[in-house]
Amino acid sequence: MTIEELEQVAKSVCQENEKYDFEVNVCMDLACMSQGADRLREALEKAAGASDKHVLVRRTGCMGPCSSGPLVRVDPEETLYHHVNAGHAEAIVASLGGAPVPELQCDLNDHFDRQVRVVLENAGHIDPEKIDDYIARDGYKALLTALTEMTPSGVIHRITESGLRGRGGGGYPTGLKWGTVAKAGGELKYVVCNGDEGDPGAFMDRSVMEGDPHRVIEGMAIAAYAVGASKGFIYVRAEYPVAVSRLTTALRDTRRRGLLGSGICNTPFNFDVEIRLGAGAFVCGEETALLASIEGRRGAPKPRPPYPAVSGLWGKPTLINNVETFANIAPIVRNGGKWFANMGSERSKGTKVFALTGKIANTGLVEVPMGIKLREIIEVIGGGVPDGHTFKAVQTGGPSGGCIPAEMLDLGVSYDALMAVGSIMGSGGMIVMDDTSCMVNVARFFVEFCMTESCGKCIPCRAGTAQMFTLLSRICEGSGTMEDLDLLVSLCNTIKETSLCGLGMTAPNPVLSTLKYFKNEYIEHIVHKRCPAGVCNMEAHASEVSKEVLA
Amino acid sequence: MSESMGVKTLIIDGQEVSARSGQTILEVARENDIKIPTLCHIEGLGAVGACRLCLVEVKGTSKLFPSCVANIHEGMEVLTDTERLRKHRRVILELLFAERNHICSVCVSNGHCELQALAQEQGVTHISLPYRNPALAVDASHERFTVDHNRCILCTRCVRVCAEIEGAHVWDVMGRGIDSIVITDLHDEWGASSCTRCGKCVQVCPTGALFDKSKIGSDHPKYPDFLPYLNLMREAQ
Repeated sequence: MTIEELEQVAKSVCQENEKYDFEVNVCMDLACMSQGADRLREALEKAAGASDKHVLVRRTGCMGPCSSGPLVRVDPEETLYHHVNAGHAEAIVASLGGAPVPELQCDLNDHFDRQVRVVLENAGHIDPEKIDDYIARDGYKALLTALTEMTPSGVIHRITESGLRGRGGGGYPTGLKWGTVAKAGGELKYVVCNGDEGDPGAFMDRSVMEGDPHRVIEGMAIAAYAVGASKGFIYVRAEYPVAVSRLTTALRDTRRRGLLGSGICNTPFNFDVEIRLGAGAFVCGEETALLASIEGRRGAPKPRPPYPAVSGLWGKPTLINNVETFANIAPIVRNGGKWFANMGSERSKGTKVFALTGKIANTGLVEVPMGIKLREIIEVIGGGVPDGHTFKAVQTGGPSGGCIPAEMLDLGVSYDALMAVGSIMGSGGMIVMDDTSCMVNVARFFVEFCMTESCGKCIPCRAGTAQMFTLLSRICEGSGTMEDLDLLVSLCNTIKETSLCGLGMTAPNPVLSTLKYFKNEYIEHIVHKRCPAGVCNMEAHASEVSKEVLA
Repeated sequence: MSESMGVKTLIIDGQEVSARSGQTILEVARENDIKIPTLCHIEGLGAVGACRLCLVEVKGTSKLFPSCVANIHEGMEVLTDTERLRKHRRVILELLFAERNHICSVCVSNGHCELQALAQEQGVTHISLPYRNPALAVDASHERFTVDHNRCILCTRCVRVCAEIEGAHVWDVMGRGIDSIVITDLHDEWGASSCTRCGKCVQVCPTGALFDKSKIGSDHPKYPDFLPYLNLMREAQ
């Protein structure tokens, strides 16, 4: 396929769309699907067919505010309807061209106006299973431009210039990583996409893979051209069946169009991608464990160096990036590095997708420029804490991250700023907690997660997380002592400094950050045997004590 | 000149030493009689960097490096025995003792156990962490050997010696995290497994987890020194 052919496809899609007076976009992301979006779409199609209006009913990827689903957006008016079900289909179709249906309309202007959409630019606008929809929105243009007009080093230069940093959590400069793999010797190199999103409360990568799978594939193909790789793998967790099926469809269509395979766009560039399914291990999100899993071995990390860039899959140089990192590539190649570098803060460029969950009004997916204040994300975009409760803390970075208290809400979101307050950017989960959340219990939850997800290879993580869990459980049950607290701190320190991989090194973060900002809650549990939030059940211990007294 | 010949110089614990490019910190330290504690590492098997006891400090970075897998580089300054490292080593050993049921007085390896020796050397006099006391099985189905999971520290020496040296790959690790255990074949009984009965795993096991049945109740010294010789002889061929 050439650029001319690509433009031809885009043109024919536009012509086809112009036949319709109205576009009814139905969000078919997992959250909306689980609330009957598929039945809704059928009903809308039926209603549209029965009416004399020219209506295009389109399934799309995640529109963002998942808690308001199922969502429907009517174009060209851009009317957004929430909590729609199949019964509303006729009313919606009938309203087209007239006044919107008032009881379904929702006002989320604050929610959308503050967002900047780069990764999610197509979300809600294209059918994820139609490659032509993606092409009509400049899809694969970046790949073909790179192949025909740019050298591999030119592509790397553009990525470096953009200042893009790894979106999987580590924040390693993407251009630097690509440059290292490009310089590594050897004929055979691999490109791997890390779609093993496992943080509790994080669903950014799932939504990207489900809503815009071609964007990931295009990013990988550009990366492969830049580093000289000919084979790619997308590692997706098996718990994401919709993502897997949409990626499979996307790969098939991409091959049919000649955008993957041999001699892409009449150039000597060959590249193809295979999907590998994860078997449910969180640790396989760690790059060396992920590579071991692709090779068919036990998913356990290896000490680095050697880094995958030098010796990765089957000992070959391997570029491994996160889904969201790859999703940023096409727009950067299309619009230039400077365009991307203009967004964001000093050392964190571009935008970041966050999954807002927990005690917040607008649960769902948001994309904001780096450097935006946490307060703006939570209070304006997220709509604040509902039901009259007060905000207590926001947990970023999943089980590896920390809890940030209300005093620090004016913090600008960037890799370095979050690190400085004892949390991390992570892959982008943001769990909001209010006055009904017990911070000791929250720490225990995340430590339990790390304990069960530890691979068991190194001692500090394997036995250390289990000991942390025991000590935190004691405190939550009312049998903890101040000595236990000292022990916990000493343990955290050793686990952080001596663990083999990132899972262990960051596992103490939820404990350390809650201890730093909410130590009084620990003291309340230990000394006064009471849980200020009323979450922990301490009665069991209290009754034991009273029995002892009676005896 | 020294660069081109692949010879590097570095400082370990204040002592200037020379090394070949590509050597690990541990190798160079041992050549120079500088002792770094190790548990999962054993000469003759591939290093996995899992026990974290051999971590060392390198001047100029706050990161700790596992000396069994970290390569040396020109001019680096390594510290192997600082208070920070000693503290971490004690905590790691405590974690091991509290993880399973290590009762030295009734163990076949009492007196010649690598874990016990390390604990004495590192000054672990008591365990402040809560004992987990897990209920773990003993598999005595093999005609010659027994595996007592209560004494296993998951160093994976048995897994590696069986795969890398014997070529049988009977041993492997099952489960995750704190529930990990070593298994034979697909969690079959050791006696019913494809074990070749060579006994190498028993000799390299640092504790009393794998032992020879004929030695129950008596002293059971182990002789892992065969490994370097075996590798040497194989290379000579």
